Amino acid sequence: MAEHILDAKGLNCPLPILKAKKALASVPDGEFLEILSTDPGSVADFEAFCRQTGNELMETGQDGDVYKFKIKRVT
Amino acid sequence: MTANATNAGLENAKSMSIIVTKGSLDWAYPPFILATTAAAMDIKTTMFFTFYGLPLLLKKLDLQLTALGNAAMKMPMMGMHMGMPNAASMIPGVDAACTRMMKNLMNKKGVASIEDLREAAVDLDVRMIACQMTMDLFEYSLDDMIEGPELGGAATYMESATQSDINLFI
Repeated sequence: MAEHILDAKGLNCPLPILKAKKALASVPDGEFLEILSTDPGSVADFEAFCRQTGNELMETGQDGDVYKFKIKRVT
Repeated sequence: MTANATNAGLENAKSMSIIVTKGSLDWAYPPFILATTAAAMDIKTTMFFTFYGLPLLLKKLDLQLTALGNAAMKMPMMGMHMGMPNAASMIPGVDAACTRMMKNLMNKKGVASIEDLREAAVDLDVRMIACQMTMDLFEYSLDDMIEGPELGGAATYMESATQSDINLFI
């Protein structure tokens, strides 16, 4: 399974969400997109984004200033 | 392709309309941030550009900011937050300097430019309506505008609003 990673570090609202939307389009159904972000607001935003779009937020983590999200694409 | 056609068939698709009435650098952000985010969340989105919001559709943007009458505008400077007295905005070049300061700050903090957000809105098939009356009033034509906007009036907007779950005036 190919790895899909989006580096959204340094970007502010709403760019992590917009870039994730774009990146998800090239992720096959059922596969995962990993996102790295430094925007603290993206924690709540990716939860809301996934609830609204039906994609699954599998993991949320934090490593120092970097937040990590793993989203399963559900079409 | 219209936003309606693009998102047709999405289950539980919500929809939103925004009336965009202001075209200064600071006021341009809320409508474009909300429209692009909504579209990214599969919400059918329509933006109606009227009065001072209409120039946000011009091909070349040169958005400006004024501190005049903006009591809440306090910029982070030297570890403090500094406001600007109204009288300062009378001095030529002060608003331009404020604009430069704001754009530098946004760039430093990873905030998207309005140009980028507008491009994202087009890519995400946000439906954009340019107010015909404002086009006449301020003497613009569609040739002055980016590709994408359609022309319409209040009735065009109202039809969109009656079909929307969320209607915003900004």
